[in-house]
Amino acid sequence: MPVAERPIDKPRPVYLNLFAIRQPLPAIASILHRLSGALLFLVGIPFLLWFVQRSLASPEDFAAVTAPLMTPFGKLVVLVLAWSYLFHLLAGLRHLALDLHVGISLAPARSSAAAVLVLSILLTLIVAVRLW
Amino acid sequence: MVSGTHKLPVGAHYGLRDWLSQRVTAVVMTLYSALLLGIVLWHGGLDYATWQALFAGNAFRVATFLFMASLLVHAWVGVRNILMDYAKPTSVRLTLQVIVICVLTAYVAWTIQVLWGV
Repeated sequence: MPVAERPIDKPRPVYLNLFAIRQPLPAIASILHRLSGALLFLVGIPFLLWFVQRSLASPEDFAAVTAPLMTPFGKLVVLVLAWSYLFHLLAGLRHLALDLHVGISLAPARSSAAAVLVLSILLTLIVAVRLW
Repeated sequence: MVSGTHKLPVGAHYGLRDWLSQRVTAVVMTLYSALLLGIVLWHGGLDYATWQALFAGNAFRVATFLFMASLLVHAWVGVRNILMDYAKPTSVRLTLQVIVICVLTAYVAWTIQVLWGV
């Protein structure tokens, strides 16, 4: 039964519009963990298998699959996948720490979420520098 | 008074196994990632000859297969969690889950083909 229809309850404000709520950092890290995981499944795994298979086939194939990495679109694809992988890895390590009851109170949980976000961007920038 | 006798035995009881396999596979993939990063940095980049020689070694092939097997198990638990949250009608969820299982199984075959291919 919807909340407003309960006879004993006064109508109370219900905020179900996720975009109307200012999300705390751990929530942002959590949804990005899920989004990056979905992207790695949908694009990352087939791309990885295809890339390794072709790159091992012959020197010509190796050149053919690494050449697109020199184009802006190829670099963008690699950077998006690299960020997804790095973020997912770091957020996962944070998760393992939380499972071991390390940093589960509010302040360290916030700062570790921020650290994961910042570190994933920094490492992606290093990948970008290597690509260019 | 709290009594366990009236507790309804619900659920398929695979929660802990999935939770644990998600974490064990994560650790395996982290170790492999560190290994691969170390190898790439050791060689100061990769050309075809180095890349090919790396995958010619059986130990590296087995390590890579362990990584891929972990990745596919990990992906299954993660994607299944996503589908359980967002694909509400049972028919839609079941269909998508079957598709994902088929795709992941095909990836196992593809991985073996890449590593020990014809």
